[in-house]
Amino acid sequence: MYPLSYRRASSVDEARRLFQEASDAAYLAGGHTLLPTMKQRLAVHDVLVDLTRIEAMRGISVSGDTLTIGGGMTHAEVSESSEVKGAISSLAAMVGSIGDAQVRHRGTIGGSIANNDPAADYPSAALALAATIKTDSREIAADDFFTALYETALEEGEIVTGVSFRIPETAGYAKFRNPASRYPMAGVFVAKHKDGSVRVGVTGAGMEGAFRWHEAEEALAGNFSGEALAGISLDPGMMMGDIHGSPEYRANLVAVMAGRALANLGSAEAII
Amino acid sequence: MTVEGIGARVARKEDKRFITGKGRYVDDMAVPGMKHAAFVRSPHAHARIGSINAEAAKGMPGVIAVLTGGEMAADGIGNLICGWMIHSKDGSPMNMGAWPALASETVRFVGQAVAVVIADTKGQARDAADAVEVAWEELPAVSDVTSALAEGAPQIHPEAAGNLIYDWEIGSKPEVDAAFQGAAHVCRIELTNNRLVPNAMEPRAALAQYDAADDHFTLWTTSQNPHTARLVLSAFYNVAPEHKLRVIAPDVGGGFGSKIYIYPEEIVCLWASKKTGEPVKWTGDRSEAFLTDAHGRDHVTVAEMAFDANNKILGFKIDTIANFGAYMSLFSSAVPTYLYATLLSGQYDIPLIHCNVRAVYTTTAPVDAYRGAGRPEATYVVERMMETAARELGVSPAELRRTNFIREFPHQTPVIMMYDAGDYDASLNAALAASDYDGFGARKAEAERRGKLRGIGISCYIEACGIAPSKAVGSLGAGVGLWESAEVRVNPVGTIEVLTGSHSHGQGHETTFAQLVASRLGVPLDNISIVHGDTDKVQFGMGTYGSRSGAVGMSAISKAIDKVEAKAKKLAAHLLEASEGDIEIADGEVRVAGTDKKLGWHEVCLAAYTAHNLPDGMEPGLKEGAFYDPTNFTFPAGAYVCEVEIDPDTGHTDIVSFVAADDFGRIINPLIVEGQVHGGIAQGIGQALLEGCVYDEGGQLITATFNDYAMPRAHDLPSFNVSTTETICPSNPLGIKGCGEAGAIGSPPAVMNAITDAIGNNDLSMPATPEKVWRALRAAGGGMREAAE
Ligand SMILES: Cc1cc2nc3c(=O)[nH]c(=O)nc-3n(C[C@H](O)[C@H](O)[C@H](O)COP(=O)(O)OP(=O)(O)OC[C@H]3O[C@@H](n4cnc5c(N)ncnc54)[C@H](O)[C@@H]3O)c2cc1C
Repeated sequence: MYPLSYRRASSVDEARRLFQEASDAAYLAGGHTLLPTMKQRLAVHDVLVDLTRIEAMRGISVSGDTLTIGGGMTHAEVSESSEVKGAISSLAAMVGSIGDAQVRHRGTIGGSIANNDPAADYPSAALALAATIKTDSREIAADDFFTALYETALEEGEIVTGVSFRIPETAGYAKFRNPASRYPMAGVFVAKHKDGSVRVGVTGAGMEGAFRWHEAEEALAGNFSGEALAGISLDPGMMMGDIHGSPEYRANLVAVMAGRALANLGSAEAII
Repeated sequence: MTVEGIGARVARKEDKRFITGKGRYVDDMAVPGMKHAAFVRSPHAHARIGSINAEAAKGMPGVIAVLTGGEMAADGIGNLICGWMIHSKDGSPMNMGAWPALASETVRFVGQAVAVVIADTKGQARDAADAVEVAWEELPAVSDVTSALAEGAPQIHPEAAGNLIYDWEIGSKPEVDAAFQGAAHVCRIELTNNRLVPNAMEPRAALAQYDAADDHFTLWTTSQNPHTARLVLSAFYNVAPEHKLRVIAPDVGGGFGSKIYIYPEEIVCLWASKKTGEPVKWTGDRSEAFLTDAHGRDHVTVAEMAFDANNKILGFKIDTIANFGAYMSLFSSAVPTYLYATLLSGQYDIPLIHCNVRAVYTTTAPVDAYRGAGRPEATYVVERMMETAARELGVSPAELRRTNFIREFPHQTPVIMMYDAGDYDASLNAALAASDYDGFGARKAEAERRGKLRGIGISCYIEACGIAPSKAVGSLGAGVGLWESAEVRVNPVGTIEVLTGSHSHGQGHETTFAQLVASRLGVPLDNISIVHGDTDKVQFGMGTYGSRSGAVGMSAISKAIDKVEAKAKKLAAHLLEASEGDIEIADGEVRVAGTDKKLGWHEVCLAAYTAHNLPDGMEPGLKEGAFYDPTNFTFPAGAYVCEVEIDPDTGHTDIVSFVAADDFGRIINPLIVEGQVHGGIAQGIGQALLEGCVYDEGGQLITATFNDYAMPRAHDLPSFNVSTTETICPSNPLGIKGCGEAGAIGSPPAVMNAITDAIGNNDLSMPATPEKVWRALRAAGGGMREAAE
């Protein structure tokens, strides 16, 4: 084993300080991505700074048209929260479809957003629900946050303390799971906002990670139903390809999942 | 039938310890002073080893030694062997390349070990292994058989020109060709049988301890056959003499064939324990399991079947290329020959069969027997052929099978096997009834209204278990006999220990074997212990694979019980002053039939050991052993019906119903048999829909974790409908046929026949991933949504 120390922070400031003091620290939330990577020796850190006991990163609240979730909240807490269910039921359902029960009881929204796995569920909802990512030093619009595969706008040592979602008029989510990993191979979150605008966030399929499908948004703005998507397609050249699905297949899946999301507003459909 | 005897649904005695975490696996074993091994493995599929620099590693904390292949060779440790000789059709012996436990010149697959670090802790060993510097000179890789056989392909072993291990055949090609001349119809199919990674729940592990005082070794290892391991380790690998080596296979968490073989890691741990003077443990992690456990299947086949005008089969031609990976694993050579080609007659009366098999080296992990071993590959060819032919001939798939069923037994096939008993109509009828085959049309129409495509597929499999008799397998090239041994030890108080050469790694022997004893000697299950997996306790035995423990292992126990019973009766007759023929043993008593004269079972046992009053000439004690060599293979068979529903937009397949009607001969414990069938079907569905081991062209394993290798999960499977029909097997005293592999053998073609039925396109290979199904559907013009182009 490489030598490693574990530090538990009780405040955001302490976490930052511990992070800066170390030579190669990492924040630890649920550990569901970080620890396997370290076990495989793909990442090496000398200090892990545990964020899960920081009170300021906990809690869920609704204020006006905004739902705010603390960065340390687990997927289980979010999916079972009556505030989330009441405000954006499809978001609660989507979070309840992440991984399995063990994963949902460890994995956190902050960890998921910060990690920006191109197949993670959350980024699609963050994009569709015009989320604002709150950090210890600023607020970043979701549109500017997910920059590339596993890359975000976060600076070195910056902490995601919470995420605010705009509460839509209606929204829906559908995903097709990768049969091996069960992460989405194509996940589409559609939301119709109260100002009439439509946002479509896509995960699992894009070559650059989660993205907004602008063409679909425009079509749906006039007619928020599956019919509006007829004739619209994605360029497979922009899609990811691997042994589980070629770019062409993923482009098809995104279109199909968008239709399913629209057919199941208020909920989340997971295929497989 | 009693509540605990043969035929009773007794819950598995071993499960309490397994499900409460009390099982004792190799990794749970610890001995004082134990050190840990970590292997330095090749990151390349094919490379020459320029040099190995271990200086830095040797200086790292806790490191005791860094050992390499050169030192092993200098100590006279032998190369790994393949224990079944196959001759090519030109009479030449198979071309086997050398497989040293630690490569010192060339590596031929990713993950092959080149050095081992022994250190105080596992972490230290791993750190130091990372610090061993190997100067690799990369060589071209070749992952698939077609490329490996191509002109100018990289040469993998100097011993095997053109990478061809053997070119073997069975049957007469000219005769089959002649039969095809008169055919009214010929059906031709091309198939691949996808490569699988066994993925037993417990990874392989070894703990070796050398005792210098007695010059004695103990090896705890994850083995399905500890005695075979001991024999091979001593006789061929020269790591320890057989009488100075104790091999213990404690609780083993699944094998599926992958733990039959003796791998480099066990050899290295034993050798290193003497070399360093310290006990050495290695527990593989999941990545090592993916890279180095012997994989299964991996065939490419072209098959043609000729029919006459009445749809009777005239002949069958099969040409198969089998991927053996980089080295010939212990039984690899037998799998695509005597375990595959000999089953190509299926359940059908086929007058002539010719099968040609080419075995080929590639720069991938070695391939060997995996649950079913050759029989799933054969069943896949035969049953996809029958379904395809039925479609081409325009007859019902059930009818075409019935037209060609074997109905008289014994039946000699043209490919060695003599089927002893069976009733194929019975299992097919049972499966068709249970699946409401006749009502399929209505279900299909209903699904169509919901935008879904329904399909139904049949598979009538036959397989061969309890591979035997030893004389016959010897004549076919086997290096071992395939009998089994048992000893039944009755203690003075009447409790019983059964020492069996079989090994349980999930099969439930502690329950079923005890049920046999309980039935015969009237002793409660709790008074019976089944002892296995330790060469110091148990007499030489052949272990567990090929569904042989029931038919062969229990038959040996039965033979030993015969002797115990005879002696107990003789003694009881003497004590009760009755005639031996009138003595009966039941319910804990030894009685004179038709009288109230009796003794407790324990009283008779005690009398055998006090020896105060024995009949003249009787030896004291009550303990008997037996070896049992069957007269024939056994032939489990059955019919499976799978019904699927496909989402045309995504290509996702949902298995809506799966029916299995099996004939396993006499059943000792229906609960355990059902469990075996469930597990087998899950693996078969896994092969058909999900599991596909993929190497890229450079020989890197793409599916090296569960993130990419899709294992079947509960939600992928329906609730199975399983039942049995019974024809008693005449080839062993218990009438057992074996049930351990049938599910994995019979199910893949049923699933594929159902999917191809649903989508109207037969051009589909396993695993039938959603994308493949979606593409096949579009190729057939059946896609409901046009793809985004
Ligand atoms: C078996 C399995 C299945 C899964 N399936 C799914 C799935 O279907 N869908 C899905 O979306 N996800 C899935 N996940 C991922 C899981 O949901 C977690 O979201 C993910 O692992 C990251 O969250 P975490 O809290 O575990 O973060 P960690 O693993 O602790 O951290 C991940 C990264 O983010 C950093 N980090 C953590 N918290 C913060 C913070 N507040 N601010 C800044 N940086 C931070 C860490 O330093 C690290 O680099 C799965 C995980 C597993 C193990």
